Amino acid sequence: MGFKRLSLALSTALIAAAVFAGPAFAVNGPKDKAIGFQEGVTPVMENLVSFHNVYLMPIITVITLFVLVLMGYIMWRFSEKRNPVPSKTTHHVGLEVAWTIVPVLILLVMVVPSMRLLYFQDVIPEADMTVKVTGNTWNWEYAYPDYPDVESYISNILEEKDALAAGKPYLLGSDAPLVVPVDTTVRVIVTSSNNLHSFAVPAFGIKMDAVPGRLNETWFKVNPGKEGTYFGQCSELCGVRHAYMPIEVEVVSKDRFRQWAANGGAYTTTSADASALDSSVTMGAANAAAPK
Amino acid sequence: MATTYGGDHAHDDHKPAFFARWFYSTNHKDIGTLYLIFGIISGLIGGYLSFMMRLELGQPGIQIFENFHTYNVFVSMHGLIMIFFMVMPALIGGFGNWFVPIMIGAPDMAFPRMNNLSFWLLPVALICLLISFFVPGSASGNGFGGGWVMYPPLSTSGSPGPAFDFIIIGLLAAGFSSIFGAINFITTILNMRAPGMTIHKMPLFAWGVLVTAFLLLLALPVLAAALFMLFTDRIDGGTGFFNPAMGGDPEMFQHLFWFFGHPEVYIMILPAFGIVSHVISTFSKKPIFGYLGMAYAMVAIGVVGFVVWAHHMYTVGMDVNLKAYFLAATLVIAVPTGVKIFSWLATMWGGSIRYSIPMQWALAFIFLFVLGGVTGVVLANAGVDAALHDTYYVVAHFHYVLSMGAVFGIFCGFTYWFGKMFGVLYNKYLAAAHFWAFFIGVNLIFFPQHFLGMQGMPRRYVDYPVEFAFYNQISTAGAFLTLLSVVLFFVWVIEALLVRRPAGENYWGEGATTLEWTLSSPPPFHQFNSLPVIEDTDGH
Repeated sequence: MGFKRLSLALSTALIAAAVFAGPAFAVNGPKDKAIGFQEGVTPVMENLVSFHNVYLMPIITVITLFVLVLMGYIMWRFSEKRNPVPSKTTHHVGLEVAWTIVPVLILLVMVVPSMRLLYFQDVIPEADMTVKVTGNTWNWEYAYPDYPDVESYISNILEEKDALAAGKPYLLGSDAPLVVPVDTTVRVIVTSSNNLHSFAVPAFGIKMDAVPGRLNETWFKVNPGKEGTYFGQCSELCGVRHAYMPIEVEVVSKDRFRQWAANGGAYTTTSADASALDSSVTMGAANAAAPK
Repeated sequence: MATTYGGDHAHDDHKPAFFARWFYSTNHKDIGTLYLIFGIISGLIGGYLSFMMRLELGQPGIQIFENFHTYNVFVSMHGLIMIFFMVMPALIGGFGNWFVPIMIGAPDMAFPRMNNLSFWLLPVALICLLISFFVPGSASGNGFGGGWVMYPPLSTSGSPGPAFDFIIIGLLAAGFSSIFGAINFITTILNMRAPGMTIHKMPLFAWGVLVTAFLLLLALPVLAAALFMLFTDRIDGGTGFFNPAMGGDPEMFQHLFWFFGHPEVYIMILPAFGIVSHVISTFSKKPIFGYLGMAYAMVAIGVVGFVVWAHHMYTVGMDVNLKAYFLAATLVIAVPTGVKIFSWLATMWGGSIRYSIPMQWALAFIFLFVLGGVTGVVLANAGVDAALHDTYYVVAHFHYVLSMGAVFGIFCGFTYWFGKMFGVLYNKYLAAAHFWAFFIGVNLIFFPQHFLGMQGMPRRYVDYPVEFAFYNQISTAGAFLTLLSVVLFFVWVIEALLVRRPAGENYWGEGATTLEWTLSSPPPFHQFNSLPVIEDTDGH
């Protein structure tokens, strides 16, 4: 069984109701003790990570180390003991010009790829489909305007025991994920019904505030082969349960998404995954139970 | 500048009786002391709030805050109290009042009574904020939990109770206090410099306070207006500036707030830049390198600081061209900041460096400010900010420039001028213990938060997925060490005040050349009854 099949089976298991789930764990999400970004699965996040890792991180590391080493040397070389008589130098025009010009040049090196990333991220390409995300206090509502059969539904946090039972990480797992196809340009429209919220999925490199009275938009396109479950959290203080409105995105194959949409959000597993589940489980059922 | 100005008019030392001296005070040094005491008290309150937050976040799950609203209240009040009632009073009100008049050779501030008003508005403001803890905020409990940024609708329809009204009143009072202070400093510095002290001979701390005062004067009225608009929006049947149902827009508040909020960041750091410059110069026994560049770098930071505010708002859904502008403008700030860092290093170059306690604070300030500065450069890139905005990376960044920048600047100034202000010397081993505990403590708290942020942990969360546990535990361990350092701070201060080792006029020796070192320690109640004359020696 290849990794893809395994992850597909895993993600199917995640979608399944709590009763069926084994001890599957979040493969895509924050990692304990990790020091970098989460793995990017969209071109935007891949570009973001590489801009950070190739340009920013080396530049700031070199600058910091340069200052540290220079300071260390000065502290050693010009200590009271080693250099009892201070010099009286207070000017050096060349030096002062240099430490103004050199940072400017460094910033110019940085600003070009930074702008490229910004425009790539912010100028939304021709979209294949649109999902509308509405932030409520304190849950998310997902709608598929291109698919009239799919009714909008509410996504709530899974309580701790339900999350454990479903094999989802607590505070990240939800009862009804946003379902999107892989390798498809998805335009995300974000708004809010009351307070500010922010719709964020770190692995996609998106974070867009939900502002009442405004329609914000962003986009993502999950790379081929990256089907799976991805997690995010509300990223703008929205009141008492700010920490309790997670974002779960289920990325499925295009076929499966078509099936899901054709069934009005109902979700039928294919025979390939029958081993993971002993019956077809519908997401629609879960959604129907959610308040509108 | 070698003449002594203190001794010959000691007979003018008519100190009023206790109540009149400390409550009706119009003396800049007494008011400065009041500001410092006030800052320490506020720092304890704000520190308590943050310590409880770190206790809560020590491990996943709910430890303390059964009511999540109360956690949000702690988060919000920690920010407001530390900024408006600890850093600003200590740096500007405390050291500014104490040393700006002395450094420029003036007998007092230009408007001593307004100075008194400036100070006494602050306790009133703090009391308003403290009251807000205990009166209803939202349906979920007492206090205001909308963050120090006070974004509507959470601060309008989201917090209908009186708690937020108390905060508005308190912040308006604190704002007026700062505006009066700013007017006072500008007038004093522009009009009351001693004969011969041209603006280009003025010590850098006075420069820092001058630029800060202009920033306050221009930025705070915008905050006051925004707060007042919130106030009228909150009234039933009132206005709808920020209410989309009435044609308003919540985003407008964010623009107004950050138009104040970003200069506010420099308001908190520029006086610290000034203090660090003096300390570096004193203990390298060299005049500051590139004095004019240093002064005008502060001016440049102040000016550019007014046109970069929306980099706090990259994710609100701004036009991409606007984001591109704010990206570029923000990066520009790195240039004058770099000039300052390199000038400090060049001041030390060729010097004869003595590692006194204030010098340790100053050196730590430089390095940690660089660390906080470079993460600021990362965050300035709007594209990357999509991943980091409102995560713990941002928390780490701004605590590196504030908790390590501004606060290290405060301790730097406090240990530098302690003997001058109170006439007694402290035990340097106790003070060193305080420094090291604080240095290691705050780095333990904030360095791991970069990692949390890059993995995506959002700010202002009362609970977090178990995957974030490891670095949060380290961070909380750092909070315990920082708590210990606070105890050590009081130990050395109290020890020094009890043992009373008398401090001489210039206890730092040859490097200390500004006018305060020509006066006795503490300086006479009224100094410079005959104005000092600055000879045209041109030290550089």
